[in-house]
Amino acid sequence: MLKEETLKVVINGQEVESSFGKTILECARDSGVDIPTLCFDSRVKATAACRLCSVNVKGRRLPVAACAQKMEPGMEITTDSSDLESMRKTILDLVVSENPTGECVRCEEIGPCELHTLTKRYGSKPGRFHGALSGEKSKDTNPFIFRDYSQCILCYRCTSVCGELEQAHAIVPAGRGFGSRIAAAFDSGLLDSSCTFCGQCIQTCPTGALMDRKMLGQAKASEVTKVKTVCPYCGTGCGLNLHVANNKVIGTTPDWDSPSGEGSLCVKGQFATDFVGHKDRLKTPLIRRNGVLTEATWDEAYDLIVEKFTQIKEESGPNAFTFWTSARATTESNYIMQKFARAVIGTNNVDNCSRT
Amino acid sequence: MVGRGAMSNSIAELKESPFILATGTNTTETHPVIALKVKKAVSNGSKLVVIDPRRIELANFSHRYMQIKIGTDIALYNAMSNVIINEELYDKEYVAERTGGFEELKHFIREYTPQYAEQITGIPSEDIIATAREYAAADSASIIYTVGITEHSCGVHNVQSLTNLALLTGNFGVTGGGVNPLRGQNNVQGAGDAGCLPNNLPGYQRVGDDAARANWEKEWGVTLDPNPGVTKVTAIDDMILGRMRALYIMGENSLASDANAGKTRKALEALEILVVQDIFLTQTAELADVVLPAAGFGEVDGTFANSERRVQRVRKAVNPPGVAKPDWQIISELGERFGYKKKFNHPAEIWDELARNTPILAGISYDRLDFQGIQWPCPTSDHPGTAVLHTDNFESEKGYLMPIPHVGIAEPTDEEYPLILTTGRRRATYHTGTQTGRSAGIELLVPHEWVEINPEDADELKLDDGEVVSVISRRGRVQSPIMITEKSPPGVIFMSFHFPNETPTNVLTTDLHDPITETPEFKACAVKIEKIAQHHKNQSDKNGTQNTNQSLKMAG
Ligand code: SF4
Ligand code: SF4
Ligand code: FES
Repeated sequence: MLKEETLKVVINGQEVESSFGKTILECARDSGVDIPTLCFDSRVKATAACRLCSVNVKGRRLPVAACAQKMEPGMEITTDSSDLESMRKTILDLVVSENPTGECVRCEEIGPCELHTLTKRYGSKPGRFHGALSGEKSKDTNPFIFRDYSQCILCYRCTSVCGELEQAHAIVPAGRGFGSRIAAAFDSGLLDSSCTFCGQCIQTCPTGALMDRKMLGQAKASEVTKVKTVCPYCGTGCGLNLHVANNKVIGTTPDWDSPSGEGSLCVKGQFATDFVGHKDRLKTPLIRRNGVLTEATWDEAYDLIVEKFTQIKEESGPNAFTFWTSARATTESNYIMQKFARAVIGTNNVDNCSRT
Repeated sequence: MVGRGAMSNSIAELKESPFILATGTNTTETHPVIALKVKKAVSNGSKLVVIDPRRIELANFSHRYMQIKIGTDIALYNAMSNVIINEELYDKEYVAERTGGFEELKHFIREYTPQYAEQITGIPSEDIIATAREYAAADSASIIYTVGITEHSCGVHNVQSLTNLALLTGNFGVTGGGVNPLRGQNNVQGAGDAGCLPNNLPGYQRVGDDAARANWEKEWGVTLDPNPGVTKVTAIDDMILGRMRALYIMGENSLASDANAGKTRKALEALEILVVQDIFLTQTAELADVVLPAAGFGEVDGTFANSERRVQRVRKAVNPPGVAKPDWQIISELGERFGYKKKFNHPAEIWDELARNTPILAGISYDRLDFQGIQWPCPTSDHPGTAVLHTDNFESEKGYLMPIPHVGIAEPTDEEYPLILTTGRRRATYHTGTQTGRSAGIELLVPHEWVEINPEDADELKLDDGEVVSVISRRGRVQSPIMITEKSPPGVIFMSFHFPNETPTNVLTTDLHDPITETPEFKACAVKIEKIAQHHKNQSDKNGTQNTNQSLKMAG
């Protein structure tokens, strides 16, 4: 690891301390100064494609990209001059002019995307520039990742995350100049690529170009609540948010504060939570009557267990019982199960699936 | 042995580890997000050595892949210890101060020369020597493993011989080091922490420990049995013998997930009462006398503990279906009917009862877990939690170096059963498929089971890619299409247990197990493959082959 050595710089007239190796953006954010970004994802190398984060550095003629420029001792930086702000508005005007309006459902169904949050802040509107429109809606029919490159702004966040972070290289920048676009290998659908459907491209995309297909058409963003929890699958314990509308889980997004996940999920945490509330769920107790499992009330089920357990305990003692608990259930439920075995029935015959 | 079945270090730390030894872990498939940390380390210039019988995807990121013969791990790690000791690469100060048993190990390990290990493991001795040197030379080196190490009849010994390496090189108690089992299930750690083990009360306090028992007796107001209970494996034998009459299963599809499914079925059918509490009517629940509907993930409040000992809050987002209730509530209500009156209104109260009697969890409360989880041990409410274990000492004061002889697998191949079956998981599916099987789209990624087989073996048996075959062991037979792949070494086939209806793989596996943990040898049993009647084959070609190609890609 690099040794952290401190250096002094000035941001918007304030002297601040930073360390070598940090970018202007990191240093600004550390000291509470907001610089807008569009193509930046802290987990991958900056591509400096959008220039929205441009700042002025004293002694330099042209603005520099704060997300890519490393701090140097004594730098004097301005992040919020009116020139910079109007340049940012122009960049955003240009970006939104390339995308068709009125087609994307992202802001309405999933919540405002980064791009539209920024255009609102800067009062940018489409139609100021007339030029080539962005790419096309993809015909990819995979059930997880909706791809509509007419909304793409070529920030390359998705391809960086796919290549650098996931190292899956399922989608790559393709073409040149006006023909630049994002494509899966051989322009195929993602099911025929090396995609693992971790969904990280959706999560980093600042526009409606990539969306969680399972979440679409389920609810209005205003009806959705997010519940912070942890993935129910493997022992990595990635943090995630369940998106809930009308008592239904409609999808997940990563919890960026999760210490083990650090904002990542795999296909299971990202796309396999629809078993919650599945129609096959058990809804009532069942009791075997004449050889067939039939619906029963809780009282009937409890009575039957109490009767049979009491009889067996009287005849054979507590060690004729065994309790298997679940590595899927909560720690609290597991605790209660072993307490029931030990304190109520009186046996240490309790085990969980860690062996299997 | 050192400590308990948890990672000694933390997940995120792997990114900074200068050297990672990944053994018996198909990390990209089973723990994809942990694999990201390993990939990150590699792109930052760290070294990665991958040891696995199968040429798994992680091998593509390694600077050395060592294809080990199944079940020969101990010989390999012993030979690495041999090099580390003979070339005096071990951390002399650390060994003297913090470990015991060095002289015995040094003496014992002499016969495990790299050349001898090469004969057993099939790994070139130069690779063994180079890996031992690099591991010892690294500033810190992390060992990660999954059930490829533990699901063997010598699972404990595998871990002990691995642990020797970390002890010799002073790799415990340092950031980026340690011995790190990546645990398979979301809360397998929490179930153990909570005392769901026949020999342990909550917090790994032994049932035979009088002081610990006295404490819990006071908390619960009862007298406790000082003798350990029986594990699942023994319980199954006892059921068949008629000694075990009642079984209560909370949330586990044992019939599909346990080894030797035929035997499990026989045991469950012999019971006088089987109670199954679950969220779906699993194959196991279908055998029950009483089925209780539980609230599941997303419907309950509580905590899970992950592989790195981090206790994290899980939260209720939606109501459970029908009259289903949280597991803890069902069991509490049942307890009341047996005359045990203590009532809980919320899981937070249960946590508090657990934590205040469990030193390693005592400092953790729901309030503190609100934003992020905390890693145990966390003894007091102002303790930040523990990212790296053993920074000062070991549970048993010293870490003991163990002389462990190589033994080999419990059911080797023979003329009749010439292939080894090893089992595992695939990324998009999970376990017996009760949850991923009900998530839309997952079926496109892993549509069905398939047997991965080396081209040499397929040639010899005259099998075509995608052909449906019978796989037969001493315990039973299943059918599945095959996928011909170099990923499987010659003589070894691979299957998962994600499709228990169509292909109940655990009908084949052996329940021969580790004598200490009683973990069955899921990772190796002897099988043979037979072709089946022509019409079956054609049928599967129509809807099988194309999918198999698809699957090939998904499995990397
Ligand atoms: S799809 Fe989204 S993330 Fe990818 S380049 Fe386009 S706008 Fe950026
Ligand atoms: S998202 Fe994937 S890696 Fe993370 S906990 Fe869930 S299953 Fe494990
Ligand atoms: S955010 Fe810096 S150039 Fe785009």
